[in-house]
Amino acid sequence: MSAIQTIPINWYLLLSVVLFTIGVLGVLFRRNAIIIFMSVELMLNAVNLLLVAFSSYLSDSKGQVFVFFIMAVAAAEVAVGLAILMSVYRNSKSTDINDLSRLKG
Amino acid sequence: MITLLLIFFPLVAALMLLMVKGEQVKKVALAAAIIEFVISIAAVVQFQHNADTQFEFNKPWIQSLGISFHVGMDGISLLLVLLTAFLVPIIILTSFKKTYKNPTAFYSLILAMQFALVGVFVSLDGFLFYVFWELALIPIYFICLLWGAEDRARITFKFFVYTLAGSLLMLAGFIYLYQHTANHTFDIAEMYAAGQSLDIVHQGYVFWAIFMAFAIKMPVFPFHTWQPDTYTTSPTQGTMLLSGIMLKMGTYGVIRWLLPVAPLGVEHWAHLAITLAVIGIVYTSCIAIVQKDFKRLIAYSSIAHVGLIAAGILAGNTQGVQGAMIQMISHGVNVVGLFFIVDMIQSRLGTRDLSVLGGIRNLNPQFAVLFLIILLGSVALPLTNGFVGEFLLINGVYQYNAWLAAFAGLTVILGAVYMLRSYQSIMLGETNAVTAVFPPLEGYEKAVLFIICAAIIVFGVYPKPLLEISEPAVVKLVDNFRTAIGK
Amino acid sequence: MIKLIWLVPLLPLIGFLIIGLFGKKLSKSLVGIIGSGVVLGAFGVSLGIFLQLAEGAEQSTTIDLFNWISAGKLSIPFSFLVDPLSSLFLLIITGIGFLIHLYSTGYMHDDEGFSRFFAYLNLFIFFMLLLVLGSNYLIMFVGWEGVGLCSYLLIGFWFKNTAYNNAAKKAFIMNRIGDLGFLLGIVLIYVTFGSISYHDVFEQAKSLATGTPVLTAITLLLFVGAMGKSAQLPLYTWLPDAMAGPTPVSALIHAATMVTAGIYMIARSNILYTLSPDTMAVVAVIGVCTALFAATIGLAQNDIKKVLAYSTVSQLGYMFLALGVGAYTGAVFHVMTHAFFKALLFLGAGSVIHAMSGEQDIRKMGGLKKYIPITHFTFLIGTLAISGFPGFSGFFSKDEILAHAYEHNKVLWLVGVLTAGMTTFYMFRLYFLTFKNTFRGTHEQEHHLHESPKSMTIPLVVLAILSLVGGLVGIPEVLGGHHFLEEFLAPVFDDSHFRLVHHLSHETEYILMGVAISVMALAIYFAYKTYVTDKKLPAAEGDELQPVHKLVYRKYMIDELYEAVITKPLNFIGEGLHKVVDNQIVDGLVNSCGYVVNGVSGVIRKAQTGNIGFYVFVMVISIVLILFTQLF
Repeated sequence: MSAIQTIPINWYLLLSVVLFTIGVLGVLFRRNAIIIFMSVELMLNAVNLLLVAFSSYLSDSKGQVFVFFIMAVAAAEVAVGLAILMSVYRNSKSTDINDLSRLKG
Repeated sequence: MITLLLIFFPLVAALMLLMVKGEQVKKVALAAAIIEFVISIAAVVQFQHNADTQFEFNKPWIQSLGISFHVGMDGISLLLVLLTAFLVPIIILTSFKKTYKNPTAFYSLILAMQFALVGVFVSLDGFLFYVFWELALIPIYFICLLWGAEDRARITFKFFVYTLAGSLLMLAGFIYLYQHTANHTFDIAEMYAAGQSLDIVHQGYVFWAIFMAFAIKMPVFPFHTWQPDTYTTSPTQGTMLLSGIMLKMGTYGVIRWLLPVAPLGVEHWAHLAITLAVIGIVYTSCIAIVQKDFKRLIAYSSIAHVGLIAAGILAGNTQGVQGAMIQMISHGVNVVGLFFIVDMIQSRLGTRDLSVLGGIRNLNPQFAVLFLIILLGSVALPLTNGFVGEFLLINGVYQYNAWLAAFAGLTVILGAVYMLRSYQSIMLGETNAVTAVFPPLEGYEKAVLFIICAAIIVFGVYPKPLLEISEPAVVKLVDNFRTAIGK
Repeated sequence: MIKLIWLVPLLPLIGFLIIGLFGKKLSKSLVGIIGSGVVLGAFGVSLGIFLQLAEGAEQSTTIDLFNWISAGKLSIPFSFLVDPLSSLFLLIITGIGFLIHLYSTGYMHDDEGFSRFFAYLNLFIFFMLLLVLGSNYLIMFVGWEGVGLCSYLLIGFWFKNTAYNNAAKKAFIMNRIGDLGFLLGIVLIYVTFGSISYHDVFEQAKSLATGTPVLTAITLLLFVGAMGKSAQLPLYTWLPDAMAGPTPVSALIHAATMVTAGIYMIARSNILYTLSPDTMAVVAVIGVCTALFAATIGLAQNDIKKVLAYSTVSQLGYMFLALGVGAYTGAVFHVMTHAFFKALLFLGAGSVIHAMSGEQDIRKMGGLKKYIPITHFTFLIGTLAISGFPGFSGFFSKDEILAHAYEHNKVLWLVGVLTAGMTTFYMFRLYFLTFKNTFRGTHEQEHHLHESPKSMTIPLVVLAILSLVGGLVGIPEVLGGHHFLEEFLAPVFDDSHFRLVHHLSHETEYILMGVAISVMALAIYFAYKTYVTDKKLPAAEGDELQPVHKLVYRKYMIDELYEAVITKPLNFIGEGLHKVVDNQIVDGLVNSCGYVVNGVSGVIRKAQTGNIGFYVFVMVISIVLILFTQLF
């Protein structure tokens, strides 16, 4: 029994739900693109946490493989996302998403 | 292997051509096209005169979906490959004095087009056929868009979307058939079996889905309205590719796919489809009579000719289909000749308006004679290539329905009306201010016209070599069709 | 000799190729020699074949050259049939063809298109020979359309003149109307009999009952073709216009050979026609109507070639009358004699025009007898022959036709006799106005009057002799002859003839002849009285004419009628289809698809507010909803 299993699975579940919800609410209610971005990362990591926990509890390493994938993708996403944000900021001098409505139909 | 060579040689040539710059590019492109023609002649020489598919090549491509790279040629395919290989060098040659901007791209696109066209004619896998079918649209789209005349953006866009919409229906039809194959494969034999196992109603759906794609491509009335505009605005070589070869994709498709895949559907709906085609013949001929723009006139006349081909194929008898085969070749040759004549007149005099031309015969009798021969081929005078096909086609349609044949036969009269009318307004009479100076023919122009006229007469007097190539395959196909519909 | 039959069409083809390809580099005399020589060669071979057949060689030989078209069960060899009928036509075509070639070397001598002319003529002979030599209907059709092409080229020979070009185009298109009928007839023959070779078709047809509907359909369709080519009502109007071509062309193509192709076709298919009495009736009625109709127009024309043109239409009508009453030999006989005297008359007219420096209006001629004696004399023979003067060729052939017509239906006979009278009248009117009295042209023309060169007069003399004695091959029994032609052609017509037995008593035949001769004599008398004794002249251009006369003079306004009923509506329909149906309706439907897509997306795009917060909110809500539907 590893250290991680000393804590009941429910706590992990609860923690990741809280984190995920914070992330969702952050995306929904904040207007600053960077904060939205951070909230998205929060959601991803909430899922990561859950995956690792389950992986450990079920002794199945597939969950950890997923986590690595997600981390890799998230890293790439951050790189691209920040680059986009940079150019958005350069163009509009703002990171407020409500200012970015030029694509409306 | 020779099939692979035929398909990929133009592609390789097109890519290599990208490295050539300047005026040299024409010659290289011509050389490549001639080599392709030589290869096709080699295929004809090796071809065994029977109904089997020869020079086959079959390798799995996307195995999980049952798609394979399956190509091969029977007589029907071979004739069309031969037509393509024969016309492309001529089409390239017709542009020898033209100075297009960015010639490298222009000639690469022509060769790329040839790659796709040959692919269409030799594919024995539904998916592969579809891929080549769509692939053929891309080069011609750019040829029309980049080197076309006024208003080309709107017209090529319409052409593109219209034909694409048709192709999509075909894809739907193919996928439907794929779902019904025993092992989920796009292989042609399996798709035939799958189609024939359907009941008459479902074969009817398949018929319409696939026929729409072909009808738009040919085009058959009333799906033709993209055609006159596109033919008129495209650069001459684009028009030649479209009318000489590309529309044969449609007629070929009907023979290769539609008849075997949905015989009951064809049987059930042929009456409507043939009626549409025949209406189209008379309808477009009437319109051609009042055209002032010679290029547009030929565009309309082309719809009339293709209408007869479509009617002959759908009649589903040997004479009709054989007539269609030979007429596809003849029409390809003749229409390229006619469009070249339009181009020669326009590049010399700056206009192709029939109402202002006249008297060119006085200045250049040789040109007049060559034009006359091509014209006679187009109005199907006996001992020209046009007659053989037209006789067989009318014969075929007659066996289906006498009245439709009589109505379709009006093309004999109306064709003479509009062609002679235009010949008279261009060539005969006194010269006028517009036609006062008509520079003599260049060597390459003579070469093109001589080749075309020779083909018109030789295959009018002795069409047997061509008929022989496709006959066994056509007989087999028609027999299978008639067995499937129980006649 | 029969094995050499392929030489007959090949020679003119070679002539055409040589002259057509190298004509510009050859001297005129060489072109003339080649052009005429090849036809003479063909005539020689034809004559040999004819003599062989007359001596009783194999009566029907088919010679296969190569397989032309085949598709499935349909197989059409390029092959020739040599039998009495085709060999007779070979003789007419090559013989008269040669004379006219010879004549043309003189007539066209100063024309810049000399070599082109000979190339076309040779090509025409080639196609005409194919037409009569083919052993199946499609080869006949090849020749049929081919001669149409040559006719087009030769009518529009002087291509700078728009009126001539229009005439040429009209001829081609009207012929094509007929050709469509012919083509459909061929297809129906194939569908019915499974073959289009004469031999197979006729063998099978014999076993069919008289009046079988499909035979009626076939024969009617073929007859439509004949109406176009042989200028019968209602498709005759191209022939008078075709006189725009050089005169030798009018003689060769539009009088002696091409226009009789329709008669050849029906004579060839005689068994089919004999078995379709309904079609026969149609043929006879159309024939006799055409004969009468064209003759009335001929009465009022003033252009020497136009008179002859309408006379040709009328005589062709006569031949169809003969076919329609089952007198196949009579029709072929008349084709032959007509070829002699009509070619003679046209060539004579050409000689007159040549002498008059291009003038064709008979009101401006007169008294030419003393200036151009040979032309005058031969023209007189031609006129007598066409009028059916006893002893001349036309007499025998016309008599044979009228006798059969009488037997068949008295009304047909009556109209036939009436037409014959009119023919005599307008031909003598033409003759008197041209050659008798005094010259009415300008001084310049008078000064220039001269007899034509030998190359032109020799053919005239030869044709005059033929017109004089040509009838001797068909002297009826009643006059103590034995009808050589009938005997010669018997193998071709036997199957029909035993179905159409006819016998007139000798008394009746004598009476019929008497009537015909008296009508002719009366007509000559009236013509003489009007134009020689009273020296009347046709009304000058612009004079007010009486309504009937005016109507006839304007050729019953048939051209105007066709213009109003066919040409204009066709253009109108074309414009309407183009501007309204095609551009507005059909293309409109296509474009409206585009508009619908545009319109719908115009509405839907409103959902794209561009507010990212809103998008995210919708996304989250949707995910929650999906989760709920999946979980509960």
